[in-house]
Amino acid sequence: MQALLERLDALLADNSIFTLQTLSYYGDGLVTTVQLVFLSLIIGLVLAVPLAVGRCSRHRLINWPIFAYTYVFRGTPLLVQLYLIYYGVVFVEGVQESWLWPLIKDPFVPALVAFTLNTAAYTTEIFRGAIKATPQGEIEAARAYGMSPALTLRRIVLPSAFRRALPAYGNEVIFMLHASAIASVVTLMDLTGAARFVYARFYAPFDAFLFVAAIYLCLTFATLYFFRFLEKRLLGHLKPAS
Amino acid sequence: MKKWLTFSLLSLAVAATSAQARNDDQIRIGVDVPYEPMEYRTPSGELTGFDIDLGNALCAEMNKDCEWIVQGWDGIIPGLMARKYDAIMSSMTINDKRRERVLFSEPYFTPPSAWFAPADSQLESASEASLDGLAIGVQRGTLQDNYATDMYGSVADINRYSTADDMVLDMDAERLDIVFLDYPVGQSTLLESDSGDYRVVGDMITEPKQYFGDGFGIAFRQRDRDLADEFNQALETLRDNGTYDEIRARYFDDAE
Repeated sequence: MQALLERLDALLADNSIFTLQTLSYYGDGLVTTVQLVFLSLIIGLVLAVPLAVGRCSRHRLINWPIFAYTYVFRGTPLLVQLYLIYYGVVFVEGVQESWLWPLIKDPFVPALVAFTLNTAAYTTEIFRGAIKATPQGEIEAARAYGMSPALTLRRIVLPSAFRRALPAYGNEVIFMLHASAIASVVTLMDLTGAARFVYARFYAPFDAFLFVAAIYLCLTFATLYFFRFLEKRLLGHLKPAS
Repeated sequence: MKKWLTFSLLSLAVAATSAQARNDDQIRIGVDVPYEPMEYRTPSGELTGFDIDLGNALCAEMNKDCEWIVQGWDGIIPGLMARKYDAIMSSMTINDKRRERVLFSEPYFTPPSAWFAPADSQLESASEASLDGLAIGVQRGTLQDNYATDMYGSVADINRYSTADDMVLDMDAERLDIVFLDYPVGQSTLLESDSGDYRVVGDMITEPKQYFGDGFGIAFRQRDRDLADEFNQALETLRDNGTYDEIRARYFDDAE
């Protein structure tokens, strides 16, 4: 161990790229990326649950607008959405005089809005599928017990839909983490932003991007293991008997 | 049969390599657009600007066939290393950091950098005290980026943009308080724009040399010494016969 640390020390001593300063850029980038992804996932999840329920409604006035929203946000690249929300909103008449401007002025909020709307659209469709897959028998049984539709939704449909949606949702979380790499186009210093900064400053693409790839890999695996743990706990009964 | 096959494959490979061998009279030059008035596109899509005109004149002087390769700024030096082109002529300032990577021609243009702010801004000059807490805009990876980051990164908020266009858009949107640019770029994108009213803050900046180097140079791979010499000679000829001044007058109204 001691020898390893000494090796590392020597390695870091004669390199001009990974100094304390650039490492602190990566550190700040890590914080920004995690904040951005975590917040957008939480808000997206909160939005997606009622939207998914509405998406399953038979009323066209409820169903269709939600479908249009998910269709647009799943059908266009996140980068385009980010550009529209960051650079485009500025051109809306009167927006610079409104109380919203201090929020929109900061790049974090437009990026958060774009990411949230995007992940909410995907999550809505994931949950819709899971809700649709509820066995009819369970609903009939609930009705036989005299449960109201709202109570059936809360006690029977949603809990089992959440479990079924878990593997697909885990993927969505990882996709979101990777998609967040575009945040640096609106000047946010996220992980990719830090890597681009180091790359541009030292003209060292491999060092800068391999290092940041390793960090993303760690984040991805952490997410993966978290969801695997959840699946084991919540979906254990669905595992094929061997 | 097998021997015959091996032989024909081998000769095919040899033929392919020799066909790929570079035509010596052709030079590919990497450039990042748009960057008025140094290099930009006309409404019909044609490349033009001071760098482009001077580059074409140099090629004509050397009797070479030139091709311009458009490449984003933050990857322009790696692109040279990867042999996507043989030279970079894209308003690149000569400095020691870059000299470690590439070989530079003699400087062919020396513009100052300057701070630009909205006309109604209260700023009188750029200093650690006056920039405290403000949002500064720079183009990622430029020497202005390095300078602003090192000098004011600890007190101000530095926003880095991939293109000067995005930065000007955010300046118009009042997301930025001040930007730091090559003076000619700021002049054409901000001072002469009709979207807003801007002015220069403080003096033109050309020091310290560690950041601002020695003016714009054409960059080559370290081993292409001969090519660099050829360019230097052509540059000297153009300076002597007045072509350089004529091209320069096309894009800049001030004399250096």
